[in-house]
Amino acid sequence: MKSIRIAAGQGFWGDWLEAPVHQVRRGPIDFLMMDYLAEVTMSIMMKQRLKNPEAGYARDFVDLMREILPDIVKKNIRVLANAGGVNPHGCAKAVKAVADKLGLGTKVKIAVVHGDNIIDRIPELLKSGHHLNNLDTGGSAEQVAAKIQSANVYFGARPMVEALDQGANIIITGRVTDTGLTLAPMIHSFGWSFDDWDKMSAGTIAGHIIECGAQCSGGNCSVNWSEIPRLDDVGFPIVEAHADGSFFVTKHEGTGGRITVQTVKEQLVYEMGDPKSYITPDCVADFTSIQLEDAGKDRVRVHSIKGRPATELYKVSMSYLDGYKAVGTLVYTWPEAEQKARAAFGMLKRRLDALGLKFDEVLCELVGVDACWAEMTGGEGQDIPEVTLRVGVRSHDERAVERFTKELAPLILNGPPSVTGFAGGRPAVQQIVAYWPALIAKSVVSPIMEFVG
Amino acid sequence: MKKIQLREIAHARSGDKGDTANVGLIALNPKHYPLLVQYVTADRVKQHFGSICRGKVERFELPNLGALNFLLHESLGGGGTVSLKTDAQGKTYAAALLRMTIELPDSQLL
Repeated sequence: MKSIRIAAGQGFWGDWLEAPVHQVRRGPIDFLMMDYLAEVTMSIMMKQRLKNPEAGYARDFVDLMREILPDIVKKNIRVLANAGGVNPHGCAKAVKAVADKLGLGTKVKIAVVHGDNIIDRIPELLKSGHHLNNLDTGGSAEQVAAKIQSANVYFGARPMVEALDQGANIIITGRVTDTGLTLAPMIHSFGWSFDDWDKMSAGTIAGHIIECGAQCSGGNCSVNWSEIPRLDDVGFPIVEAHADGSFFVTKHEGTGGRITVQTVKEQLVYEMGDPKSYITPDCVADFTSIQLEDAGKDRVRVHSIKGRPATELYKVSMSYLDGYKAVGTLVYTWPEAEQKARAAFGMLKRRLDALGLKFDEVLCELVGVDACWAEMTGGEGQDIPEVTLRVGVRSHDERAVERFTKELAPLILNGPPSVTGFAGGRPAVQQIVAYWPALIAKSVVSPIMEFVG
Repeated sequence: MKKIQLREIAHARSGDKGDTANVGLIALNPKHYPLLVQYVTADRVKQHFGSICRGKVERFELPNLGALNFLLHESLGGGGTVSLKTDAQGKTYAAALLRMTIELPDSQLL
């Protein structure tokens, strides 16, 4: 096979719904990959599934399949998506039902990848010496074990390659790496060996470039942003991969946005740690080996990528309940908008203190002055026209957070003048689902691939 | 001597991993990459971000991309869902770094 075209359809759960539709209709592609799972998505899905055993996956994906299944069958496009969340079988069943209804049931072969959900095994794993300490803080998992809401292993490309090799045209997974969704079609199409570390790294880096969708094709780009054409119709990225591990990053002709060496570089450094060691279940990719070349309009060539052997560990993403929070806002206007907002916060703080409420954190931000950058903005400036006072609180005492939500509105009639913006009512109390990353030996968990229907 | 703002010679993107923000700083023209290496040190970045960055700053070099990658530890108010900050994911820290000024001696004027 000379080259394959792998298109990115969603950069996150909630991304532009038209993007994957355009990817399958506005030009040739062989594979469509979609990433639906952010770090905390799994715990949201666990909650949904507890309420309804049929739920727990990205329903958007099923709606999308209803729309594009006829195109996919006609053009022989194969789909890889981690839309299965904590219920990949439920997701696959729903897609199968859609296919049957469209009269395409016999034309699609749906594979499911699971085995990533290890929440029921946590006590046993901790007992048998797998410490699952926090990768960032070093904290002991024993302290959160009782509060864990989800625990999922990040699998790599391997089980998806197996599914493609056996003829799957729709692959629905639980937790797999975003990069594996792009690497798998390359391994399958070119027959790469799993220990060809340079190739594994090339496919992984291709995946990193397109996994955030339009963020490499003109979206969120800091270079001449106002001159990037037609972002309303932005073309999501496509990797045109070659058997030697080199690839082109491009997009469909006639779409908006821009792909240049600069837009690709910006995406390469996104969420990067140590560039020499980008660790996935499939390899350790070296970002300092990447070579980029301008290859024409909206076309960048990527080559010479090097990598090292994969580690013996999988990453585990766990979530646990960690208290409550609420955030509320009020808008103050000229004159002395900033001073009024600060005075209102002082008043609110003294009222909360007088009630004896205990908070882990109380945060005051003035949106329009210092919310994002604190004192980096240079301190108090001119008499600005308006400012949003934004106050957030966090506590393990739910009643304290609840009471805070009732203390904002009184400021309107009790405090500084020229204030508005409370039409939305009291802020909601949110339960905090915190994130706990850890590592686990590959030898104790295995992905499961099976066909549905 | 001439003061320039980093946005004149670089572009950037930032993101998050837990309570750590990353900022990738890329020379607009690869010939200016050595200026970034020389002047945009981990210490300067730590100083620039002031009270926002409560932990250390690490710097990594990517000469092949003409880029530096900075990790700003303990900079997102706890990170992810725990953080109360408007910018809990450090999305605007790239722009914040591009505001930083460096002083170039006459011999290195652009």
